[in-house]
Amino acid sequence: MDIPRYWRLKDQRYRLQGKKCLDCGNLSFPPRLVCPKCKSRNYEKYFFIGKGTVYSHTTIYQAPDRFDHIAPYSVGLIDLEEGVRITAQFTDVPAEELKIGMKVEMVIRQIYEDGPKGPILYGYKFRPVISV
Amino acid sequence: MSAVMKPLRNIGIIGYGAYIPVYRLPATEISELWRDGQDNLFLPVKQKSVPGKDEDTITMSIEAAQNALKRAQIDATKIRAIWIGSESHPYAVKPSGTVVAQVLGIVPDILSADMEFACKAGTEAMQAASAFVGSGMGDYALAIGMDTAQGRPGDALEYTAAAGGAAYIIGPAEESLAILEGSYSFVTDTPDFFRRAYQHYPEHGNRFTGDPAYFKHITGSVTKLLEGLNLEPSDFAAAVFHQPNSKFPQKIAKQLGFTSEQIKHGLLAPYIGNTYAGASPLGLTDVLDYSKPGDRVLIASFGSGAGSDAFSFIVTDKIKDAVKRAPLTQDYIGRSIKIDYSRYARWRKKINR
Repeated sequence: MDIPRYWRLKDQRYRLQGKKCLDCGNLSFPPRLVCPKCKSRNYEKYFFIGKGTVYSHTTIYQAPDRFDHIAPYSVGLIDLEEGVRITAQFTDVPAEELKIGMKVEMVIRQIYEDGPKGPILYGYKFRPVISV
Repeated sequence: MSAVMKPLRNIGIIGYGAYIPVYRLPATEISELWRDGQDNLFLPVKQKSVPGKDEDTITMSIEAAQNALKRAQIDATKIRAIWIGSESHPYAVKPSGTVVAQVLGIVPDILSADMEFACKAGTEAMQAASAFVGSGMGDYALAIGMDTAQGRPGDALEYTAAAGGAAYIIGPAEESLAILEGSYSFVTDTPDFFRRAYQHYPEHGNRFTGDPAYFKHITGSVTKLLEGLNLEPSDFAAAVFHQPNSKFPQKIAKQLGFTSEQIKHGLLAPYIGNTYAGASPLGLTDVLDYSKPGDRVLIASFGSGAGSDAFSFIVTDKIKDAVKRAPLTQDYIGRSIKIDYSRYARWRKKINR
């Protein structure tokens, strides 16, 4: 990821900042310019709470170069409490313990280091719920 | 004698939060690999916490700070300063505090800087936050002590160099769950432990790390704090001392006149190792989890180089509701996944593909 993109997307990566349609209430993540439901362009920022359930998951053994240092790792689809489905990595859970329907919560982790001299990219991952 | 440090405005802790990674490396794994188990009966800790492949001081500080915010229940944008004390900031140049502040949504009207003073960088951040709020520059400040400490393979410190820490939101006394009575900082030039620029692992002065460093400086800060406040060890419900291993905090407690009952909470080194700048702040979160209104609590850090900060707090009735709002320190200690030395070596980048 190049530095301008890293900077521009930081609130999406750090805080699950999506958008809420002011006309029909539809929530979207990542944020969209046009509401897919009512075609409105009338939006406000919306920060997802970051809790949800596992819809599906898989484990990556042959990883792209940037993720090679953490392989094997699990990724999946998560249904957020607000009704939006997103993709993310899982962390702090062995692959054999991941289950469809498991309750998970967002944490901020290193996504990757852009080489030994580049920036460190941080963003959301999901783990089994421990917070109260 | 110099006076006890106390800001003009009364201040205290309005929120606190712990974080410890889930992974644990048993000390026997290190002993078996490097010493054939010959020192199995004399291990400095039972196990140590190890950060996950995707964790560092920034990510761990975020979770501790989120827990502190849950307990404080304030409008987070009123926090006007963030200081993170660590000797393992992910960048040599680029502040950890700005990333944490961005994630917490408390930018841009905030002061931010990273602090370094070996294992006492966390309490140093607490001192700065106390002065900042105490002087009226802002109503709330966030102080964090957090580390992912590294030990050279085979070195004595490899048994204990661990990961974890705690975050504190300092605010006005009337909103506090623990009010600051006073603090005392005690510092001299002591070459007991250091890491030069560009070096991956620290060096230590072997036997020099005990009496001239740890014991002298904690004795200095605690003795002067107690004299200044006209208090005796028996006036405290609990005490937390920096814990580079299991033995040192128990020995300094005894030397200073504290009982084993007073240090039973917050003595976490046997279960998670030495979390460096996170160690004494994390001990205090455990003590607060078990404290009652009216309890007087002592925390004394130690950082090589060398120095110690000692604080006395009095717990208020706000503690009762605050404790329940975020995971307890023991919740983090209890959720453990054991790993072996080979995984530890790969994750901590001691071996590469």
